[in-house]
Amino acid sequence: MNDTFPRTVAEIMEGLRQGEFSSVEITEHYLKKITALDGELNSFITVNNELAIEQARAADRRRSLGKARELTGVPYANKDIFCTKGIRTSCGSRMLADFIAPYNATVVERLDREGMVMLGKTNMDEFAMGSSNETSFYGAVRNPWDRNRVPGGSSGGSAAAVAAGLSPIATGTDTGGSIRQPAAFCGVSGLKPTYGRVSRYGMVAFASSLEQGGPLGVTAQDLALMMNVIAGFDPRDSTSINRPFEDFTRKLGTSISGIKIGIPKEYFEKNLDPRIAETVLGAINELKNLGAGITEVALPNSPLSIPAYYVIAPAECSSNLSRYDGVRFGYRCKDPKDLNDLYCRSRSDAFGAEVKRRILIGTYVLSSGYYDAYYRKAQQVRRLIKQDFEKAFTKVDFIVGPTTPTTAFHHGAHSDDPVAMYLADVYTTAVNLSGLAAISIPVGFVKSLPVGMQIIGNYFDEARLLNVADAYQSVTDWHRRLAPFPV
Amino acid sequence: MVWEAVIGLEIHAQLATTSKIFSGSPTTYGADPNTQASAVDLGLPGVLPVINQRAIEMAVSFGLAINAEICRHSIFARKNYFYPDLPKGYQISQYETPIVAGGSLEISVEGSTKSVRITRAHLEEDAGKSLHEGFQGRTAIDLNRAGTPLLEIVSEPDLRSAEEAVSYMREVLGLVKYLGICDGNMQEGSFRCDANVSVRQQGEHGLNTRTEIKNLNSFRFVQQAINYEIQRQIEITEAGNEITQETRLFDDRYGETRSMRSKEDAHDYRYFPDPDLLPITLSVEFIERLRDDLPELPKTKLARFVKKYNLNETEATILVQEPETARFFEAAIKIEGAQPKQVANWIIGDLFGAIKKSGLGIVDSCISPAYLGQLVARVVDNTISGKMAKEVFLAVWDSDLSPDQVIADRKLRQLSDSSALESIVKEVLSENTEQVEQYKSGKRKILGYLVGQVMKKTQGQASPKLVNTIIQDFITQS
Repeated sequence: MNDTFPRTVAEIMEGLRQGEFSSVEITEHYLKKITALDGELNSFITVNNELAIEQARAADRRRSLGKARELTGVPYANKDIFCTKGIRTSCGSRMLADFIAPYNATVVERLDREGMVMLGKTNMDEFAMGSSNETSFYGAVRNPWDRNRVPGGSSGGSAAAVAAGLSPIATGTDTGGSIRQPAAFCGVSGLKPTYGRVSRYGMVAFASSLEQGGPLGVTAQDLALMMNVIAGFDPRDSTSINRPFEDFTRKLGTSISGIKIGIPKEYFEKNLDPRIAETVLGAINELKNLGAGITEVALPNSPLSIPAYYVIAPAECSSNLSRYDGVRFGYRCKDPKDLNDLYCRSRSDAFGAEVKRRILIGTYVLSSGYYDAYYRKAQQVRRLIKQDFEKAFTKVDFIVGPTTPTTAFHHGAHSDDPVAMYLADVYTTAVNLSGLAAISIPVGFVKSLPVGMQIIGNYFDEARLLNVADAYQSVTDWHRRLAPFPV
Repeated sequence: MVWEAVIGLEIHAQLATTSKIFSGSPTTYGADPNTQASAVDLGLPGVLPVINQRAIEMAVSFGLAINAEICRHSIFARKNYFYPDLPKGYQISQYETPIVAGGSLEISVEGSTKSVRITRAHLEEDAGKSLHEGFQGRTAIDLNRAGTPLLEIVSEPDLRSAEEAVSYMREVLGLVKYLGICDGNMQEGSFRCDANVSVRQQGEHGLNTRTEIKNLNSFRFVQQAINYEIQRQIEITEAGNEITQETRLFDDRYGETRSMRSKEDAHDYRYFPDPDLLPITLSVEFIERLRDDLPELPKTKLARFVKKYNLNETEATILVQEPETARFFEAAIKIEGAQPKQVANWIIGDLFGAIKKSGLGIVDSCISPAYLGQLVARVVDNTISGKMAKEVFLAVWDSDLSPDQVIADRKLRQLSDSSALESIVKEVLSENTEQVEQYKSGKRKILGYLVGQVMKKTQGQASPKLVNTIIQDFITQS
């Protein structure tokens, strides 16, 4: 396959600016790659062959008129959780197999305004519930590094598409690790922004208090460029935070000498594959070489984050997914005999097993008599976890550890054991419970499978976080390695 | 055995905002089905609620008016249940922390007053409407009402009779209308209530098992439903049976309540804080600004009307019942010579009569406050008689003319020039010597006849009072 076209957003921007190629040409290049490779990879649910070319033409026209913005004409892949006007938004579910939103998500609106080109909608775990992309109604996604393994989830399609070179960058959402974990499994970079940074309007809700949209790309620099487009206050989202515009690239290239990095010992204990521990410690050493000071920090409540998460997230899910009742939109069962039958069969037929499991758990933990023991308790634990971080951040600037306890596992490996699957997010959920920002970047390989390192930053400290990741990437090339797909 | 009823009301007042509580859709009543439902009201995937600030202000104003505590930090919660006209599968309401808590309102029944405690008032969104008729046995959904802001006002079980319940409801209605936070249109469902009813023997203090009667949207229904329910519960208890805790519906065709669902079938609403909305945080300045902006409330206005305008309690009560009536009254008496007491009588009498006949509200009155004031002033300054005034009133009602124009056009001026009248009186007296003699011999009633003769000669334009005096003067002088 012709790979003379560049792979990163920064390079594509430069190429477009210099007139080395047009947006139509680069878009055609990516669409061709998708056509050739995605049949096997399955990273897209919908490919916008015609619309993408149309958008690329408009971008080229805009550039010729001198009205191009920074990322005008750059192609991207959009997770199928962001509502797109006129294009199906399935959220990986049979429930929304025919759903076409009459509005754009704010994130999509911003990408449109920038003049970026949407190649298609990427595969994902059903309603973002899963860590392997196997719960998608549209089939599992293959990991470009090993086709028999999962890409992680729930933004598995986005991570796989970027890793396989089918898109320079992609949107994702992160509720408990759904950007960072697939980024780690697929050897790409992924940023989960501070809660309130990126509007949730038009992003199909799973667990409202935990999730944020964010980018997955090849380099930290690309993530920063994308953040400049998608982040910002949105009056349509009450949890969106009103802060002045911020250039997320502003710290890139500056020295990280003197920054303080905390290593939580809890993140290097029993569940962790020792080879990953070794790889991540090696990367931390690299940061030390760049001038970072390393100290140990304690996050004593971190073992409670998975249990707290799996009470709060299902609780919100059970309520958020009540609107899928077969009445106004979405799947409706054939010939319901009464209202109850309409509800029961529509929801039984169109939701997959994992979604049903979480609706049931969530309904249970909120029910009268159990609320205090589960939901209220989990919220108390959530506060403790948050306090751990607040305390740690009085001593250090960043907290660094592995993104996942293992590398990508085989398809079906955890199909019968949901708890084992949930543990794939053991290092990531605490960040969502606290609302902090975190990034995962590739730092090496274990048996030819990518390893991700997570850097957790304080609230609204994305610019510095991206600076650290970029500094690491400027002295390493793990992020530049190409997946062997197709082998 | 002497029974006592224990009643508490949950009143739903639709807040008079122009847009919905969590979306920008308009709240106008009577639009074509589903034309006032946006993506947010439809509960489409990914959309989010944003609180309407006006709704918060209105709730706070209500709280201030009932001397309640305004919660500086209140939380929206989701009330989860499935129903086709509830688009999201949950209603956004307030649960553990309502915006208003612990106020009270004074009511009067049969001359005595009592204070009714108000437990709380909280903000919530209304559901849509299910239409079961006219769709070939299927149910149709209209979501125009979905997301309309409601203030749910919950009283303590302080009411002891259907009459007290109605009086309390009227009081709340008057208050919300005064505050301008609810149009109070009960037919359109803008103001409705659920009644919690139980009975106990007089002297008992505990609360017995209660039933809840849903969705009462007229004072008559509240009265009928509660009375029916009290009687039903007394009969059950006296027969030695237990009351079942349940939700009941009032059937206005038969004037009775019927079981809708029992406690066992009650929903577990799984309330929890809505993660899509931040807590409502109110500053002291915000609350104080609203306190300063509170309009004069019915009780204060009543007292002022009695004192300042010399009205009696009954007149003042009628005038302050609707803020529009009070406003009409105060506008009318601004006209020079419009004596307040007379204006009040004209409003309560002829104006209410005309309004009722035409089916209009006082704001659509065909006679403006200024014209009514002018009319009264002309009676007061003796330009026209009371009888003429009624004619003028009707003429003004049916036209765009002012009372002064009508009086001029119809030459309705009452003869108040005594010299002109004196000659006519002389004429009449000389024509009726027999009657004059009768009067002199003590038959005083004959005076009316003589006055009538003068009126006839003047075609009714003379002031009867003046004629009366002149005749008496003449006879005693002669």
